Amino acid sequence: MDHAVALAHPVEEEVTCTGIVHDKMGMWVFLCSEVMFFTGLIGSYIVLRFASPLWPRPSTILNVPLTAANTFILICSSVTMVQALASAQRGDLGKMKLFLSLTLLFGAVFISIQGVEYYKLLHEGFNPHVSLFGSVFFTTTGFHGFHVFCGVVSMAYMTGKAFLGKLTKEHHQGIETLGLYWHFVDLVWIVLFTIIYLI
Amino acid sequence: MSSSETAAHDSPNYMAIFWWLAGLTVVEVAYSSLLPHTHKALLIIGLVGFAVVKASLVALYFMHLKYEPKSLGVIVSSTLILGCILVGVGMAEVLLPRP
Repeated sequence: MDHAVALAHPVEEEVTCTGIVHDKMGMWVFLCSEVMFFTGLIGSYIVLRFASPLWPRPSTILNVPLTAANTFILICSSVTMVQALASAQRGDLGKMKLFLSLTLLFGAVFISIQGVEYYKLLHEGFNPHVSLFGSVFFTTTGFHGFHVFCGVVSMAYMTGKAFLGKLTKEHHQGIETLGLYWHFVDLVWIVLFTIIYLI
Repeated sequence: MSSSETAAHDSPNYMAIFWWLAGLTVVEVAYSSLLPHTHKALLIIGLVGFAVVKASLVALYFMHLKYEPKSLGVIVSSTLILGCILVGVGMAEVLLPRP
């Protein structure tokens, strides 16, 4: 590509043969691999549960109201994330910074509440060694929590970039790409909450 | 679709989606706690239905899948189909009678 043309079309605007910009396409491919990863975990949970004649009712062990509140917090973080992108697209950089900060805060609160939940469960003697349910519960929710943690770290980086003035109306593709990851983590939690906590 | 092109379509009402998600979560928890757990099939069908609706709202509107090229939908759908096959084979192993 000619240098002048390259300058006229910044790298972030280059599209693949599918009509999608490169980094967004890369994130979608990564998310597809994540779908298979979580399908393996959730599928294992479902198969083990159906195969086990004795399975405790989750609400007798887990704190469903607390986790429902945590689910609400993650949904809040998704809406602030998408509002941050919308603000960036409008060129409202002040609101973009506000919504990115709120998303970071909600993500950190989610992890903290999950930490409190883990602490209480372990204190009550419910751990990965105690039963099959304990093992798959901590494995599945633990991996999801790790994903949220990675999202929070990335969000902190993105928020830092926003406050340093490195994100503008023209250059904010990173917000959309990170947003895809963030919404995916929210989507996975919606499924996990239903399958592990409610059913 | 680039970021600017994503902005080009009419932005969905994100707050409406948010309230739908929040409302469905409340209904879901109420459904799970009020329905007797002896009605296992009804419980599973109802709760999975709520989860599918909520997950679809997030994917279509927050992840903008509704506004992306169809090719991306094909890529994502194929992954979901493979996932369903993976779980289906596992379930068949458990539920089908052994020879």
